[in-house]
Amino acid sequence: MLQQAFNGLVGGAFYALLALGLAVIFGMLGVVNFAHGAFYMLGAFGSFVLLDSFGVNFWLALVIVPVVLGIAGVLLERLFIHRLAPLDPLYNFLFTFGLALILQDLVKRKYGVQSQPYPRPSALDGSIDLGLFTYPTYQVFVLAVSVLVCGAVWVVLTRTRVGMIVRAATERPELSRALGIDVARWVTPVFGFGIALAAFAGVLAAPMRAVNPLMGSDLIITVFAVVVIGGLGSVFGSVAAGFAVGLVSALGNYYVPSLSQTLVFILMAAVLLWRPAGLFGREEAL
Amino acid sequence: MRVLGRSAALATAGALLAGCAGGPGGGGGKISDEKLVLAVLTDQSGVYADLSGKNAVEAVKMAVADFKAKYGDKAVTDKIEVISADHQNKPEIANSKAQELYDRKKADLILDVPTSSAALAVATVAKNKKKLFIDVGAATTELEGKQCNKYTFHYGYNSYMLAHGTGTGVTKDGGKNWYIVYPDYAFGQDMQKTFTTAIKGAGGSVVKSDPTPFPNDNFSTFLLKAPGLKPKPQVLGAMQAGGDLVNLVKQYNEYKLRDKGVKLAAGLMFITDIHSLGSDALAGTRFTDFWYWNANAGNRAWADKFKAKTGARPTAVQAADYSAALQYLEAVQRGGTDKSDDVVKQLEGAKVNDAFTSTGTIRAEDHLLTHDAYVAEVKPKSEVKEPWDYEKIVSTIPAAEAFQQPDPSCSL
Repeated sequence: MLQQAFNGLVGGAFYALLALGLAVIFGMLGVVNFAHGAFYMLGAFGSFVLLDSFGVNFWLALVIVPVVLGIAGVLLERLFIHRLAPLDPLYNFLFTFGLALILQDLVKRKYGVQSQPYPRPSALDGSIDLGLFTYPTYQVFVLAVSVLVCGAVWVVLTRTRVGMIVRAATERPELSRALGIDVARWVTPVFGFGIALAAFAGVLAAPMRAVNPLMGSDLIITVFAVVVIGGLGSVFGSVAAGFAVGLVSALGNYYVPSLSQTLVFILMAAVLLWRPAGLFGREEAL
Repeated sequence: MRVLGRSAALATAGALLAGCAGGPGGGGGKISDEKLVLAVLTDQSGVYADLSGKNAVEAVKMAVADFKAKYGDKAVTDKIEVISADHQNKPEIANSKAQELYDRKKADLILDVPTSSAALAVATVAKNKKKLFIDVGAATTELEGKQCNKYTFHYGYNSYMLAHGTGTGVTKDGGKNWYIVYPDYAFGQDMQKTFTTAIKGAGGSVVKSDPTPFPNDNFSTFLLKAPGLKPKPQVLGAMQAGGDLVNLVKQYNEYKLRDKGVKLAAGLMFITDIHSLGSDALAGTRFTDFWYWNANAGNRAWADKFKAKTGARPTAVQAADYSAALQYLEAVQRGGTDKSDDVVKQLEGAKVNDAFTSTGTIRAEDHLLTHDAYVAEVKPKSEVKEPWDYEKIVSTIPAAEAFQQPDPSCSL
């Protein structure tokens, strides 16, 4: 039981990392980034390509891939998202959605639909005795790292001036603008950062999940549910909801496997009935 | 003079008509639209694109080339065209594509069609239009059972073969208690049923079976649950396919279930899946295969030709596509016509002996190709001598045992 809960948190770690980036991007740009799952997939493929073609190991990939894709995110924001932002939100929605399909198909063309092999880093092979139960080292590592990353992001957001600006701009963009904060200046780096987080999650996923072009699109719907449950644009809410959804689906799988697919959405519906803006969302933010 | 001219013209016309009605073979007189069109209706970008997809089209083209080389001038026609279309694994798209292929593209035969629901949709179209359909990629036994029809053939494998091979085989080898996890949609549910029947039939029992989300990337709940079930299962029967299977196996290894005494048996696995995981991740896993490229010299020779064209090793499905196309062409050759009813007559009861199988019979009762199947085991990396050589054939299941008896509910 305890083991199942732990297990749910590991699954939730991916939701949290992805939802965090999605929430920051949505908050600040008002863009529902449908390409987020595709960047998660590119993160996993990036680490596969680095290892397969250049012999670059997992640890380096964990740094290189998010940086490279983060830069790609910055370019993407400058070249496209930025220009579409003043228009109806539908334009950016269609753009990111189309982009996701294009990226997915390009990867499919090159590598096919079959998953690519990616071994676990040898240092993380094996299991750890956690007292009450033993658990695969790699899963513990994933949980620890994502909690750490989410924590670090949290500290930056709450304890630094930059963080304060970003947080204000994320959760109350109009008000921040009115107070003289140059929101526009922060938009591009924040977008790049959100993409880098998705790529980071992808690298983390490569050794334990199937690396194939569909891995992002399969996951992204759940992540959207997570963001909605947490409250659109709420940074803290997304992380909390990420872990909560992980927990709920693990326990759901355990007790009522046939319902597990819909459980997340039942949870979403329940939360929205109770709090229409999500757990940590503000009504007016919508 | 004028009268004579008219009768001469009539005579000529008569002769021409007679010529059209044609003697058997040569000249191609009995071929509709003066050409044969073989349509490969397949998955061109979805989950089955690698195991059938564009290389299935290549396999069919190889069959056409081999047929032409064999018969040369004596071939029933030298105009044989291979076309293809994408059904995206969706029955409604498969249905409209099949109609289009038969009506507008003048297809004489539709081939391949993975995904059971799509295959059944095409079978219905084939039946209504009285046109030939040979399914290769789909697993459902409905094609030769309740939903069988005169114009549909099922080639390669089906869920009975998989369940019987792996379910019965592993149970008889001592894996008595099973925990089955299956993806919660038609294919998975069908596999769960057929495996349960096969396991019970071999004296084993299914401790529990759980549906899992589809698609799914996190199977840890089920894997953690497995060793704690009572009685403890000796075998984890995984009915997932493609990416889901890869996810499951990666996690199976992380949780070290093999060390905890729970072996893995895969319901449906292709060589492409083993490649995705690396053979060490699956070492020792049993599954049922129906053709393996490196099983013998004959298979290997064909696989080498295939590799020269595509750069890849063929899957069992692609080999079966080759055979299905070749046997269709042979049937047209024997009958001297592409008229559906005559081709069906030629195919019924035909013995198949080619690069795919030497033990094949197309059963007249239900249009199922029966042939030897194999219990295969994944080699550990240390035994893998060359790329893609992942399988060890453990035993052969003779054709008579590998497939079910004709279903009485099928009447052609």
